[in-house]
Parts: sequence; structure tokens; C-alpha cells
Amino acid sequence: MALPLHATTGEKIWYYVYRAICGLIFFFLIAPIVVVIPLSFNAVPFFTFTPEMLAFDPAGYSLKWYQEFFGSLNWQGAVKNSFILAVFSTLIATVLGTIAALGLSRAEMPAKTLIMGILISPMVVPIIIAAAGMFFFYSDIGLASTHFGVILAHAALGTPFVVITVTATLVGFDHSLTRAAAMLGATPTRTFFKIIVPLILPGVISGALFAFVTSFDEVVVVRFVGSYQQRTIPWAMFSGLREQISPTILAVATLLVLLSILMLTTVELLRRRNDRIRGITN
Amino acid sequence: MNTDLAQSNVNESGEMITADGVPLRISLLRAKKRARNRALLLVAPLFLFILVTFFIPIISMLFRSVENQVVGDVLHRTVPLLQQWDEHGSDLPNEEIYAALAEDFKEAFENKSAGSVGRRLNYEQSGFSGLFRSTNRKARKLEPPFKEALIKVDKDWGDIDVWRVLKRESGSYTLSYYLAALDSSYTPTGEVYKNDASNSIYLPLFWRTLWMSLLITVLCLILAYPISYLLSTLPIKTSNLLMILVLLPFWTSLLVRTSAWIALLQKEGVINDLLVAIRFIGDDQRLTMIHNATGTIVAMTHVLLPFMVLPLYSVMKTIPPSYMRAARSLGATPFTAFVRIYMPNTVPGIGAGAILVFIISIGYYITPALVGGQSGTLISNFIAYHLSSSLNWGLAAALGTILLGAVMVLYIVYDKIVGIDNMKMG
Repeated sequence: MALPLHATTGEKIWYYVYRAICGLIFFFLIAPIVVVIPLSFNAVPFFTFTPEMLAFDPAGYSLKWYQEFFGSLNWQGAVKNSFILAVFSTLIATVLGTIAALGLSRAEMPAKTLIMGILISPMVVPIIIAAAGMFFFYSDIGLASTHFGVILAHAALGTPFVVITVTATLVGFDHSLTRAAAMLGATPTRTFFKIIVPLILPGVISGALFAFVTSFDEVVVVRFVGSYQQRTIPWAMFSGLREQISPTILAVATLLVLLSILMLTTVELLRRRNDRIRGITN
Repeated sequence: MNTDLAQSNVNESGEMITADGVPLRISLLRAKKRARNRALLLVAPLFLFILVTFFIPIISMLFRSVENQVVGDVLHRTVPLLQQWDEHGSDLPNEEIYAALAEDFKEAFENKSAGSVGRRLNYEQSGFSGLFRSTNRKARKLEPPFKEALIKVDKDWGDIDVWRVLKRESGSYTLSYYLAALDSSYTPTGEVYKNDASNSIYLPLFWRTLWMSLLITVLCLILAYPISYLLSTLPIKTSNLLMILVLLPFWTSLLVRTSAWIALLQKEGVINDLLVAIRFIGDDQRLTMIHNATGTIVAMTHVLLPFMVLPLYSVMKTIPPSYMRAARSLGATPFTAFVRIYMPNTVPGIGAGAILVFIISIGYYITPALVGGQSGTLISNFIAYHLSSSLNWGLAAALGTILLGAVMVLYIVYDKIVGIDNMKMG
């Protein structure tokens, strides 16, 4: 959308004003995330830039919030729990979600929209309602305050993402490939692992990443279903922000930003690979 | 086709048959049924999983909004007898009912269950908790005649309105949590009235949740529209780079974004420091931008903006640039071409993004809980409060049911407009 040579003065002005507006909006999107990073190296326990920091005085910066994070049992327990809960709930969500997506994309599937609507609803139901329901039900069946209970709850919240991404991958799936495999003598299992899985893998992995993030970033359900023993990173951040605000939270936030850059890159690479396999190239 | 072969594939009644002699029609139906069952079988595990881990918990929680077993269970002698008593008359119940109540209290004392009924009825009318506690303490010493004895223990047992409330709330189900959730109450004789404005909490809260969600949706749309247009018109290399600025916040933890806004907006925060530094405001005039509605709106707009950009962008990508060029060549000004040609084509994207953002924001909990303060909390925060602090679970369930109903209506609208199967991520 370059400015044409014959643009009038008004058009030229509008062109730059419009670009400036867009710049401001992008700034609004990214600035809060960027600002966290330098603040986490603050030498004093404030959530703002000190004059020393602005003068780039080394004395204004320190790594002590990172030391506090890596040295604290509370935070280390939270990190460990976050990964355990996220990995296992992702496994459950990915396996169940992928199988269901394979069924949903078959032409013979009856009541497709209704079933899809039901399977996706954990994504839409307000989280506090899910948390409240699980809070009562999981205590009744003795799963409250257990890792297993939280894993089941998080798996339920993560499945819609897997269903959506894998179904999307299967939209362009050429079913004659499975028939060809069957005709060439492959068993259904062999067809599944040799033909279907490699083709839908990008969708499965990005769905799994969404499910992972859903669990990894989830606070409400884990606070209602779990207890301190199941505390996760967001749980600790949530309590930290409510009780004593310490820049340790900003150090954690910085590490989480790095993690999200990693995930974003992975998903983006997968998306391109998927487009390439299916012959859609940019 | 070879006529001999065709002949051999037809049975006596003229139906096509397959190689094993079954009529083709039946064989085809069977194959179709098998394929359908196979598809259903693939979906079944997830369906059952979601049912057990997600739906049954929610449905049983919603059931708590009408459930009222405790009164009839604990006062199991009094409640059946009360059905014969006329609550519209002016007479207190007879001695038989008082005797049943005394018996029930003696049993409740053994089971330590009087407190739960008192707490339950206290939601209807304050004073019941104290009444049940004081009666419970003296339960063992009650002697006939029980009417006098009970009134002596607490004179409230001689108050006909107390009996009216007890009778009204003695059924296994109650609507009173919904009344409370809609800021209404019963008169002692059982008529429903709306609480006066000073006692209204939840209706204003529902309205606040609605208008704040609407405002956030509109703000997201205003901010998303220009950048989605830019992203969809730039060359793919540049737009992919700029897309990172949208996707990074999308992938960043909600808690990170909320803590960032606390760092930016608080009284001693970055924005106030900046405004003071450029002498825009004095050091004593720092703005209160957090722990109020402003904080919630700013932070939630930021959090939900990517949900608006992504559907808008994907719709705008599909609008051919030739439409605008055609409009221009037919004499439209750039503005007219944009408003009359381009914008109507983006309506599906606007609809998808707006409903998505609205659905997410009316059930939002975390950000308002951290930056909302008094004036910026939403209905979800009150549900959480009743679940974990006031322990009025019936009211929490009633508020939750109303919220869930609203979300489900929006979800169906979303399905009609966008189609659930068209939902895309990332």
C-alpha cells in the first residue's frame, strides 16, 4: 500500500496520519510487555523506573529479583507444579482432542455442529463458572487439592483448542490417501501412524501448544480445585499481586515473556510448514 | 457396460445385489451405518471426558441455585405438619407443630445440624441464625407445653412472620436465590417486591458488566480496525513482522500483562512518573488510573485486542483490492469507496470479533480482580466472592446461572453468524 505518485496533498497527509495512528496502536499492544523487562532489573523494590535507571547508572540495576526467584522454594515449587500440570493435561487433551477431531471431520459424522458446539464450550463458558462447578464436584469425589484433579480440569479446558486446530488441519485432508494406503495393504493402524499422523502433526502440535498455554496460564480453576500444594506460577503471581507487590513478579513476568516468544516462534514455524505441505505458499 | 454382468447383479425382485447376494440398498445402508458408528466412536472418548470433568460439575453446581433440602431434612417432623397451617391467617401454629419443632431441635442438637438451617434461613431474613443458635443451646431442656417453652427461649417463635418464612422455605426447592440475584425479596406473606435502589447490588452489577463489556468491545473494534486494515494491505513480509506485535501479547501470560498494567498505571507507576516528569501534572495530582473502572477497561482492552484483530484481519485478507479500485474508477471519493464498499465487506469480521470479545469480557475474572478495585469489578468477581468468602453458594450458583445463560445465548448467536466450525486460532 505504497503512496501513489499522483496522490494529492490531502491524501499524503492522511497517509502519514494513518500510519502514525497505527504506530500508536502497535505501541499500545507491545509497550506494556516490553516495559516489564527493564523494570525487572530494578535495584529497589518499586514497580517504576528510578532516576538511576533512567541515567543508565549500573547501581540502579540488579539481578536480585532473579536471585530471589531462583532461590525461593515457593517459586520453585510453583515452577515444578506448572510444568507437571501443564504437561499431563496437555497429553490428555491432545490425545482425546485429536481422536475426536478425526471423527468430527468424517463426512458420515451425524449432528456435527451440535457435537462440535458441545466439545468447544469449555472455551466459552466463563472460567469462574467452570471453577465453581469443579470446586464442588471434585471435592465430592475426593479429587480436590490433588494434582490429578487439577490435571483433569485443565485437560477439559484445553481440549477445545486441540479440536479446533486439528479439525482445521483436516479440512484440506485428501481422504484418497488413506484409501490408497489401505489398497496397498496397510492396516488401519499403520495407515494412521504412517499417513495420517505426519500430515496432521503440525495441527496437533499447535493444538497441544494452545492446550499447554491454557493450563500454564490458568489461575482460577487451580485456585478453586487445588490448594497450596498445587500452586502454579500464575497462582503465585496472582497472590503476589494481591498481597505484597514485589519486583520478583516482574522477573517472573520477563521469563514468561521469553517463553511466549519461544512458543510463538514454534507455532509460526509449524503454521508455515503446514501451509507448505498443503501447497499453500506465500 | 457388459449386459451379462449387469444381469448377474440383479436378484429376482429386480434389486441390485452385491457379490455376497445382499441387495445393494441394504448393503449400502449397513456400510453407511458402520461408518457413522465409527465416526461416533472416535468422538465418544472426548465427549465422555468433557461430560464427566466439565458438564456434570457445572450442571450440579447450577442445581445448587434452587436446591433447598436442608430445611426439610433437619426439621423433618415440623415441615410436614406446617403444610396444614394457614400462613395467611393471624394465628400462630398449634401446640402439635411446636412439639414437633422441639423434637426436631433435640435431634438437631445431637447431629449438630441446627446451625446449617439457621444459616440457610438467615439469607431470607436476618435473625434466623441467632434464633436457631439460641434455641439449639436450650434444646435439651425444652419441656411441654412446647409453645410457651419455645417462646420463652426466644420470643421470635411467637412472631408469625418467622413461621411464614419457615413455611415458605420448607420445600425441597426454592427460588429465593434467584430473587436475591435479581435484587428482589419476599414480603413475609410471600409477595415479591423489588428492593429499593440502596439495597440493589446485583442488577446494577449486571448492568455494569454489560456496559463495560460493550465499551471494551467497541474500544477493541476502534483500535483493531485500522491495524487490521494496515496488516491486510501491506506486503506479506512486512505484515508478518508487524503481526508479531499482535501475536506476542496474545501468547503472553495474562498475569504478565496484568502486572505490566499495574506497573504502568499505579499512582507511583510509569505513566504517572512520566506525566510528573514532563510537568503535565504536579507530584500531588497523580492520576488514579488503577483499582477502578478505568484500570479494568484499559487492561482488558489490551488483553482482548488480539481477539478482535485476528478475525478482522482474516476477513480483510479476502477482500479483493479491485473492489476499491472499481469504486474509485466509477467516481467515488476514497472516503465513499471505503465506507460504501470496503466496510460492508468487513461486517463478518466485525461480527465475529465483536461477539468473541464480548463473550470473553462478560465472564472475565482475573484482570478485574487485580486492577478493578471497587468500581471495576464484574459479575464474575462477585460469584467468586460468594463462593470463597461469604459462602452463600446458592446465590453464587444463581448469579452463575444467569451469567451462563447470557453467554450461551451469545454463543448461539456467534454460531449463527460465524459458525463454530469456522473458529480459528492464531
